[in-house]
Amino acid sequence: MNDENERKPALSPRPERYDVIVVGAGHNGLTTAAYLARAGLKTLVVERNPYIGGAAVSRELYPGFTYSNCSYVCSLMRPQIMRELDLPAHGLQVIPFKGSVTMTAEGGYFCSYLDHEQNRREMARYSPRDAEAYDDYSAEVLRQCRFIKDTLLMTPPDPVSLRPRDIKGLMWLGRRFASMGEDWMADTIRFWAMSCGDFLDQYFENDVIKGHLAGSSIIGTALGPCSPGSAYVLLHHYMGEVDGNIGAWGYARGGMGSVSKALAGAFEAAGGTIRTAAPVQRILVEGGRARGVVLEGGEEIFARRVVSNMDVKRTFLECVDAGDLPETFRERVENFKIRGSSGKLNIALDGLPSFPSIPADCPARSGDMHVSDSIEYLERAYDDWKSGTWSRRPYVDMMIPSITDPTMAPPGKHFMSVFVQYVPPKVHGRDWTDADRDAFRDTVIDRIAEFSPDFKQLILDVEVRTPRELEAEVGLTSGNIFQGELTMDQLLFNRPVPGYAQYRTPVKNLYLCGSSTHPGGGVMGAPGANAAREIIRDARP
Amino acid sequence: MNDALSLRQVLETPFHARTSALCRTNHWGNWAGYTTVQVYEDVQIEYFAARNAASLFDLSPMTKYDIEGPGAEAFLNRLLTRDVRKLRAGRVAYVAWCDDDGMLMDDGTLFRFDADRFRLCSQERHLPWLLDSAIGFDVDIADVTESVAGLSLQGPTSCEVLRQAGCRDIGALRPFALDRFEIDGVTLVISRTGFTGDLGYELWLPPGDALATWDALMDAGPLHGITPMGSLALDMTRIEAGFLQANVDFLAGGRPTRTGRLRSPLELGLAWLVDFDKGHFNGRRALLAERDNRASRYRLVGLDVDGNKPATDAFLYDRRGREAGVVTSAMWSPTCKKSIAIASLNAGVDVDLDGVWADIYVSRELRWRRIKAPCREVPRPFFNPARRRATPAGHR
Ligand SMILES: Cc1cc2nc3c(=O)[nH]c(=O)nc-3n(C[C@H](O)[C@H](O)[C@H](O)COP(=O)(O)OP(=O)(O)OC[C@H]3O[C@@H](n4cnc5c(N)ncnc54)[C@H](O)[C@@H]3O)c2cc1C
Repeated sequence: MNDENERKPALSPRPERYDVIVVGAGHNGLTTAAYLARAGLKTLVVERNPYIGGAAVSRELYPGFTYSNCSYVCSLMRPQIMRELDLPAHGLQVIPFKGSVTMTAEGGYFCSYLDHEQNRREMARYSPRDAEAYDDYSAEVLRQCRFIKDTLLMTPPDPVSLRPRDIKGLMWLGRRFASMGEDWMADTIRFWAMSCGDFLDQYFENDVIKGHLAGSSIIGTALGPCSPGSAYVLLHHYMGEVDGNIGAWGYARGGMGSVSKALAGAFEAAGGTIRTAAPVQRILVEGGRARGVVLEGGEEIFARRVVSNMDVKRTFLECVDAGDLPETFRERVENFKIRGSSGKLNIALDGLPSFPSIPADCPARSGDMHVSDSIEYLERAYDDWKSGTWSRRPYVDMMIPSITDPTMAPPGKHFMSVFVQYVPPKVHGRDWTDADRDAFRDTVIDRIAEFSPDFKQLILDVEVRTPRELEAEVGLTSGNIFQGELTMDQLLFNRPVPGYAQYRTPVKNLYLCGSSTHPGGGVMGAPGANAAREIIRDARP
Repeated sequence: MNDALSLRQVLETPFHARTSALCRTNHWGNWAGYTTVQVYEDVQIEYFAARNAASLFDLSPMTKYDIEGPGAEAFLNRLLTRDVRKLRAGRVAYVAWCDDDGMLMDDGTLFRFDADRFRLCSQERHLPWLLDSAIGFDVDIADVTESVAGLSLQGPTSCEVLRQAGCRDIGALRPFALDRFEIDGVTLVISRTGFTGDLGYELWLPPGDALATWDALMDAGPLHGITPMGSLALDMTRIEAGFLQANVDFLAGGRPTRTGRLRSPLELGLAWLVDFDKGHFNGRRALLAERDNRASRYRLVGLDVDGNKPATDAFLYDRRGREAGVVTSAMWSPTCKKSIAIASLNAGVDVDLDGVWADIYVSRELRWRRIKAPCREVPRPFFNPARRRATPAGHR
């Protein structure tokens, strides 16, 4: 079987000294590494798995089919990074898709379309009022996105520092904030603390419409749509763009691994080295400074600086000795919220499943398909998670990228990506078993089959990923897909912990570059690019 | 042309019954007197079909002249700037031709069917020029625009679609080659050519077979993402491919009412199309003088423009604020993830040394902003995938 991102583990020749070692070839680690190599630093990436990509990966686990094993849609990836690192030249292409659809319990459907007026008419089938309120809603979301977007590629200023750089940064933020006007400031503060349900209630009356829009507020989050803070998560999924179309999502051609592959290409073109199948056991710290890494098996590799792409918990609670960390810092890392809430099914299909509730020529089929037709549905699904089990009627974000991308499956066959919430990191407080995993799989498949009579017969292969697999295979602590929850207490200068939001850590020359840092999770590259900027700053003589 | 046709303001192409049924936007344009689809459904989606799967474009209105006879080769060699003797039967060449002053009249594609039979395709009409130039050559020239329907099937899966439609050996067809194939009992000419700079084919057939061929392709294509594409998406692909568009990047036809508006091929980055060693051709003397005296007034370049706002119609200035040239085509390239432009620079300007920037005006909710976007010179094509040149053609 030929695995897309699989690489031969490079044999380690004589011990070499690097300027920087990046631990983890997730897309952020590769982004950091590419910027560092281009700045002339001798950089090594060591990755635990035999393949690169972390949660941005494509693998051929069933012959002829490419799975986007974890992340599956692309939008957040910063255009500036794609351009600076010349990712298209290294094979990255993002293809937009046409819309999304929610199938209702009554056998109906509700679509989003690319065309504004068509979209309005579709909403009007459910509520004429909501159809026209949608523009107000979109404007508010856009306004919020514009504010956040400008902060993505900046190092969060430290609010308690007196360094000129931090004060300047804070003033800039403050000015941006104030320039939006008093009403907007009030709205914004409310918005950041609000639940998605309350936010949508301000604009919409119809349950199906609200259910359709609310999905984005729960993805990757251990919050329900009625939990305070979930409105921000909605925004996090909205602020992406495909070619300037804000809020649009697309597929990375060839699966999400194409993002990582292109980054690796840019990195290697700049002279960097990647070693796969090289799990780091410990980060070497001497006299409060990082000196290198120790691989499982004992090999030591030395470098002036070490950057961890692992989440903040794995980095500090597993790979750095407690004795090398200030006690309060360690405590805060321990308290960092990183609860798993998601699972995924990757399915190889022998043909295109039918969904009788969606009209045959509806273009939205090529995008997200949902079966959660109200906020209540989502909240009930969350209730199950709280009581320690996966949702009996789960939220699914189903997509069939092979409708759009001919490289994902043989002609006429299809790859289906099914993202699922809610899935707890432990089942009733105990570890997941294989039997749990199979039962979870059946729950999801049965639910989809309620909307697709031929779905089950078409299944050739299923890869099931619960938080257990996500943790074991990707290294995401407790299976949290964003390396830590995206709530206000863990964003901006509080991410991952107050005082250490500038990619540096209490250990000198040890940095973080993964999604645990600002601006958080998603295949976005921003944490990696920001970290690289800080490291280059420090490395300058 | 019969009377009934001349009474109609716009004509329909042989594919109209299909294109009109698929055009959801009702967004039409007038292309050389034919009503043609600008956008079927969504420009982005159609553009990506060409870059990711397969796009189907009706190019019937393209001007086509059949040029036949024992003197055809000599005539064309005299007319065109390339050496037509080197063009073998079964091949296609990108060509240009000039007036006596060495100014470009048009560019186009030249198909060679056999020793004495050629077809010249272009944007503009040129019959008087062709006929006048042919005096003294044993050659027949006929406008076949209306009697040859054309389809362009482009994109990474285009080869696979044709294979599914019955052209079994299509994969062996080399870039710029043409051959006869059969689709659903219809014999047609397929050339591995196109305006998208990607793997792709053009199909040439009698209008009476148009609908059957369209249907055969659309039936063969669904599993390979076949999508009808309108003119707006095509224009995006041609800019990425770095191709010039007549009357956009240069003035075609050779009849401006103001002086100094025409460009020589050397001024348009087309020096590679000019063969000074082949003997005499129209415009040779002037072009030779231009070359030898370094008298080109302009230089055509590809630009990578900072930011994401297309530099459409922007003036270019140098660091000191002197006018340096003008952008003739520009777009945000969804595939290259850059703002790209084709520009005509004044002679002597060096984009990088002179610090050339594009003067771009954008309206942000009706407040206008002026953006001075630095530019870098980059090679054309902006997008140049390996599959464009690979034989056998890849199926993805
Ligand atoms: C199921 C799922 C679906 C998602 N869907 C989307 C989506 O559709 N769109 C989107 O934008 N985002 C999505 N996300 C989120 C997104 O994929 C992640 O936030 C992002 O990929 C994280 O990237 P990263 O580089 O920060 O970290 P990671 O991808 O977690 O990379 C960390 C790397 O470190 C390696 N590593 C760990 N421990 C060690 C060690 N000891 N030694 C060496 N290497 C080690 C890991 O193997 C991994 O390669 C999804 C995530 C998941 C899990």
